[in-house]
Amino acid sequence: MNPLLRRLRSDLFATPADGALSLGLIALITAVAVGLLQWATQRAQWAVIQANSTLFAVGRYPGDQQWRLWLLTALLTAVTGVTWGLLRCHPRADRDGTLWPRNDRLVLGLLVVVVLWLPGALQLTPALQIRWSLLAALLAASRWLAGRFGSKLSRPMLRLFPLVWPLIYLIGMVLISGGLGLMPVSPSQWGGLLLTLLTASFAILLCFPMGVLLALGRRSDLPLLRWISVIYIEFIRGAPLITLLFLGQNILGFLLPGGFAPDRIWRAAWVLTFFAAAYLAEAVRSGLASVPKGQMEAARSLGLSYPQTLVRVVLPQALRVALPAMVGQFISLLQDTTLLSLIGLLELLGVARTVMANPAFLGHSAEVYLTLALLFWSCCAALGLGSRALEKRLDPQTLSRSSSQP
Amino acid sequence: MRRRLKLLGMSFRPTRAWALPLVLAGLLAGCAQDGGSGVQSAKLSMVQGRGKLVCGVDGKLPGFSFVGPDGRYTGLDVDVCQAMAAAIFGDASKVEFRDLNSSERFAALASGEVDLLSRNTTMTLSRDAPGGNALSFAPTTFYDGQGMMVPVASGITTLKALAGKPICVESGTTTELNLADRMREIGVAYTPLKFQTGDQTYAAYLGGRCIAVTSDRSQLAAKRSSFPNPEAHTLLKDVMSKEPLTPATTNADPAWADAVRWTVNALIQAEELGITKANITSKVAQAKANPNQPDLRRFLGVEGDFGKQLGLPADFVVKIISAVGNYGEIFDRNVGPASKLKLDRGVNNQWTKGGLMYSPPFR
Repeated sequence: MNPLLRRLRSDLFATPADGALSLGLIALITAVAVGLLQWATQRAQWAVIQANSTLFAVGRYPGDQQWRLWLLTALLTAVTGVTWGLLRCHPRADRDGTLWPRNDRLVLGLLVVVVLWLPGALQLTPALQIRWSLLAALLAASRWLAGRFGSKLSRPMLRLFPLVWPLIYLIGMVLISGGLGLMPVSPSQWGGLLLTLLTASFAILLCFPMGVLLALGRRSDLPLLRWISVIYIEFIRGAPLITLLFLGQNILGFLLPGGFAPDRIWRAAWVLTFFAAAYLAEAVRSGLASVPKGQMEAARSLGLSYPQTLVRVVLPQALRVALPAMVGQFISLLQDTTLLSLIGLLELLGVARTVMANPAFLGHSAEVYLTLALLFWSCCAALGLGSRALEKRLDPQTLSRSSSQP
Repeated sequence: MRRRLKLLGMSFRPTRAWALPLVLAGLLAGCAQDGGSGVQSAKLSMVQGRGKLVCGVDGKLPGFSFVGPDGRYTGLDVDVCQAMAAAIFGDASKVEFRDLNSSERFAALASGEVDLLSRNTTMTLSRDAPGGNALSFAPTTFYDGQGMMVPVASGITTLKALAGKPICVESGTTTELNLADRMREIGVAYTPLKFQTGDQTYAAYLGGRCIAVTSDRSQLAAKRSSFPNPEAHTLLKDVMSKEPLTPATTNADPAWADAVRWTVNALIQAEELGITKANITSKVAQAKANPNQPDLRRFLGVEGDFGKQLGLPADFVVKIISAVGNYGEIFDRNVGPASKLKLDRGVNNQWTKGGLMYSPPFR
């Protein structure tokens, strides 16, 4: 018998009860999939997405300045490709030794298909379609080049390479907001996916150090520090995010003298950061609690100072334990950005709601919400995948395997 | 004393509510010296200094304010903001729109986050009164009200004809209560079919479970435009509640409120005088050529100093109409026949045509 058939039989139809269950589930999945496909291809009218694709992507960002966002996308694509290639050509215990593992080929192939098909399906202008194709080519090329010649890079170069990422973030900020000779674009004109990713990444990057400090503060021996941390964490956890967002938007205007209050998009981003930091602190605290006391004592008795003990012994173990919880927090933070639409910011959900209010597209909310769900799912899935890879990398078993290998 | 007050007024941002009395006192003291000419609103000076107007809108309301595919705000409420910007700067694009939800709109106005609220806000006593929200309302730009939608084929034209018929209504809303009150008043028995959400209500109506559906007229029109066959449904002439949607500013700066009030009046007056975006240049030429039309000359700023009295340019009306057109044009474009909403003018017509749109004289 064919091995595939044999496997199917053992997996799905081992016993009559199994078989019945499998058949039922297959029928259900097929019915749902066929229904969805029929709706998507026959009844749904995708003009609402086609006409507003720019709005969904960048909001009201001025058209003549959008080249800056394209440049940023190209930079990000190139750095992603290079990072990807470098990771593959320097194999470690947690990764396959091959330069082009099957998953990579699959991902790249899928990406090419999407980039070739989607802009056409969205009826973007030929200029935009070409740009997307070029971006895909750039990704593949930088991935290939880094994989091919990455092994020739010297060790210090490799060690310094990750610094490119914060650098890109800073360059991106300048490109988006202007300055340094570029025309300033007011934050009130940012929107769509751009605003969602910007606020989410800002909050994720900043809430991490804040959360670690708060968690350490909560376990500190200094009563003042401990109490401040406890009060902060419990206050933030006791208030719904939407309340804090309203507080930031409306009350700050009364409290601070005019001009001091930052733009409302930054106010919202800071509120998100402060909010996530409290939850992150609790995740980190659970990690800290899981590190046996003996670790600390052993490190101190070896003569390490307190900061050294923390940074080199305790935190690495604690953060590894807390990683899944922290990534969960990041994912929910990304989804929490939709609350910004309630304070009138045009992030993805805000753009969706204003698009649905356009009399030309009334009654097409299903198409819009489905698109939104897909976008959010892709972003969250990417975060989840990244975290799983990192978990695998930090797993003590793979670590011990990698250290035993030369 | 005067010096000190002025100093205080300069050193604090005039947007803060607590600083406003000081600013006003400083300005008044300053004006007493100047003999009363050129009264300038603190808010207006601030807007002029900033170079743009910040206008609070809903941003998600069909026909009133939404963002088009080109990233531009569109709608009736939006046009009021643009008219104000045109009046101040002569440039309708000098507006920054801020989407506000209904719970934060008054706080945003009071804290000075927005200069003008043009966000389908119903004028009520408690919102106007100093002991309430302390707003200052401009003339109403859209008289909304609860209406009734029926299929054209049903032949129903009055509320009385709905006797004994099922009517779809969203439960737990003022809409439901208004319907009950109004039907009891006119002594018509009907069967209310109540639904939890708007979507369910309209689905039931489209499914033929009721002969009529009730909600605010602007909302009914918006929903109708998304129906598979919009022409098959019509709104009855009856209006069951009063929802005068009105632009608002804070009570704290009467001079600014006046500038807004007369900007809206200019839109209405221009329609009454037959001045449109298309014929404004010829009307100006006509006014300049013919000294025997004092009303037109004053309205268009050819003679008199109405603009100066408000702290606006002399030809502010010309700038407004060239930018957004008159009230009738704004209505038609956004919610009227030229839009998908296809609302008829009804009470929003000029007073000369049996409506409520009435501008006090420009003199």
